[in-house]
Amino acid sequence: MPPESEFPLQSLTAARVVVVAGKGGVGKTTVTAVIARAASDAGRRVLVVELDGKPALAELLPDLEVLAISAPDALDEYLRDHGFARIAKRLNRTGVIDVVGTAAPGIDDIVVLGKIKQLERSGEYDLIVVDGPAAGHAITFLTSAAGLADAVGSGPVRAQADDVLELLHDPDRCQVVLVTLPETTPVNEVVETAFALEDDVGVQLGPVVVNGVDLGDPLPADDDVRGAVADLDQPSAHALIDAAAFRRSRRSMEAEEIARLAAELPIPKVTLPARLVAGLTAADIEQLAATLRAAP
Amino acid sequence: MSAPTGGVDVLADATGVDLDVIDVSSVIVCCGSGGVGKTTTAAVLGLEAARRGRRAVVVTIDPARRLADALGLDEGLASEPQLIEVASDRINGTGGPGNGELWAMMLDTAATFDGLVRRHADSDEQIERILGNPFYRNIAGALSGTQEYMAAETLHELHGDDRFDLVIVDTPPSRNALDFLEAPGVLARFLDHRLFRLLMLPTRGGLKVIGTATQPILKAIGRVVGSEVLADSVAFFQAFAGMETGFRERADDVVRLIRAPDTSFVVVAAPRHDTIEEAVWFATQLVEQGVGVTSAIVNRTHPEFGTGTAAEAAAAATAAGDAGDAVLALLWDNVAALRTMRNLELDVIAPLVEIVGVDRLVVLPLLDGDVHDLDGLMLIAGHLFDHPAVEG
Repeated sequence: MPPESEFPLQSLTAARVVVVAGKGGVGKTTVTAVIARAASDAGRRVLVVELDGKPALAELLPDLEVLAISAPDALDEYLRDHGFARIAKRLNRTGVIDVVGTAAPGIDDIVVLGKIKQLERSGEYDLIVVDGPAAGHAITFLTSAAGLADAVGSGPVRAQADDVLELLHDPDRCQVVLVTLPETTPVNEVVETAFALEDDVGVQLGPVVVNGVDLGDPLPADDDVRGAVADLDQPSAHALIDAAAFRRSRRSMEAEEIARLAAELPIPKVTLPARLVAGLTAADIEQLAATLRAAP
Repeated sequence: MSAPTGGVDVLADATGVDLDVIDVSSVIVCCGSGGVGKTTTAAVLGLEAARRGRRAVVVTIDPARRLADALGLDEGLASEPQLIEVASDRINGTGGPGNGELWAMMLDTAATFDGLVRRHADSDEQIERILGNPFYRNIAGALSGTQEYMAAETLHELHGDDRFDLVIVDTPPSRNALDFLEAPGVLARFLDHRLFRLLMLPTRGGLKVIGTATQPILKAIGRVVGSEVLADSVAFFQAFAGMETGFRERADDVVRLIRAPDTSFVVVAAPRHDTIEEAVWFATQLVEQGVGVTSAIVNRTHPEFGTGTAAEAAAAATAAGDAGDAVLALLWDNVAALRTMRNLELDVIAPLVEIVGVDRLVVLPLLDGDVHDLDGLMLIAGHLFDHPAVEG
């Protein structure tokens, strides 16, 4: 068995800023919502940050504060707050931000992380959960500060990069929670991303969340299945046998991948059960959050 | 949660979907959000096309090793087309016309961009100045949309290559994947940019870069981002001067190819709200752009077990439980759960069916294992094209 984190909620929220990252389709937004819900239900003041302009989080967490941060807005605000109000206006009017972003890649990530740092420093929140970018981009998102600090010798953006680096390197202030599914490709990717983040960013990794694990009732063994369906009509018997075989096979594949993840990535895991739905609602998030708060 | 509205009916007529795109197209573009099996789908289409005697090349942008592994490439995918020799027996020994070939390659964005610069530059000196410029390296590596643009460029290159008669390309899993449709869009937007125009003054001999000192806005930008960064940008635009026309013409060729009648678009999705929403968005854009979706493939839908409804299975489970048969109750519960899941998935798919049409959408079953080798790809091809999977 893979090592399960003993107090999943505590370990997932061990830093004030938790950046949730993972490949598209693994349930990053779900995990963000579940962590935020569970922490809020436990009495903490929670802010949820989303970066991709999708409204899903506000729908999943109707009573929590969800803040959307976009790079142009964050840059604008930063410049205004630092005595560059006139430049901010002209930068906006000429629309040069994307050119500036190309000249100094990562500048958009830096201002977003800088805004998160500012929220963390405000003392208004016990926990900030960030629905981070997809895995590939997660690495560049988090390495942007180091890259920019190398490229830019001075100026306000450089100062911002230094502040962000300080945040990323402090395990009390920031950790990354990676999300995966119990399948081959997502497991491969989460292992690669975890090592890259540790090596290239030096950021603290929280537990890895294995999302969508089939934790339903155990199915009877093959012989018992055949005995049980002996009296049924042929089509029904086939449906029962095939369905049981299918489910067992999926589960054994999941178990294999979870075991491989445990072997290749020696950090604690938190398992979230698969829900029998094709898209989660606020009620599903509440139930998943309850499993997170319960002792394992 | 509302009850499933009998999604099963949505696909009642979906048998015999026409996926002959692989016979008639010379280009197939796969689009869809990340994590839906787009790369695998592209490989399956290539494999099947080759089985039908075509010489197909699959271009993937996904650096994941899985496709390379599935294709039996120990060294990973290269950025030059490689013939997948291990697939040849399978392709040509299975009742097809023979002589089919499957090739695969990985998109190398930076190298492709370098190639474009080399083609359009006037002199070695200009090439050197551009390729060595840090601002250029950032564009080649990181500018949003560059990957899509270079995928389109690679597509054009392969289309003109006599070794292949079908090019299948896997687009980047991003919302700007459709920048692909207007390959020059990215660069044109960039070159038409106000900063560019601020920097470049029209002169009799063409465009000329003006000095930063004369522009207060540039000085201000320099104060924010650092003067080195600004200097690099200016140097890039200086070096690039004179190449815009060549770049634009080439990009126009690429767009013509993408909009050609024998170019097909396949939208790939998984049966979840988020990916279907993306797929519907892609499909709508394609229709609005006048290109149209050739077909849609929804991967990983729970298979059908028996012909009854979920409610019937649940009732049978209750009856079995009441009769004291716990094993049978568990088995019916399992069928009820799997049928419920399938119904929910089919409901989710419905909006996509509506936009692409029932006769252009294929639902592929979630397999009871993971697809990680040629057998797995052949199995999907069997489901997709309705022929028995060929034994290895």
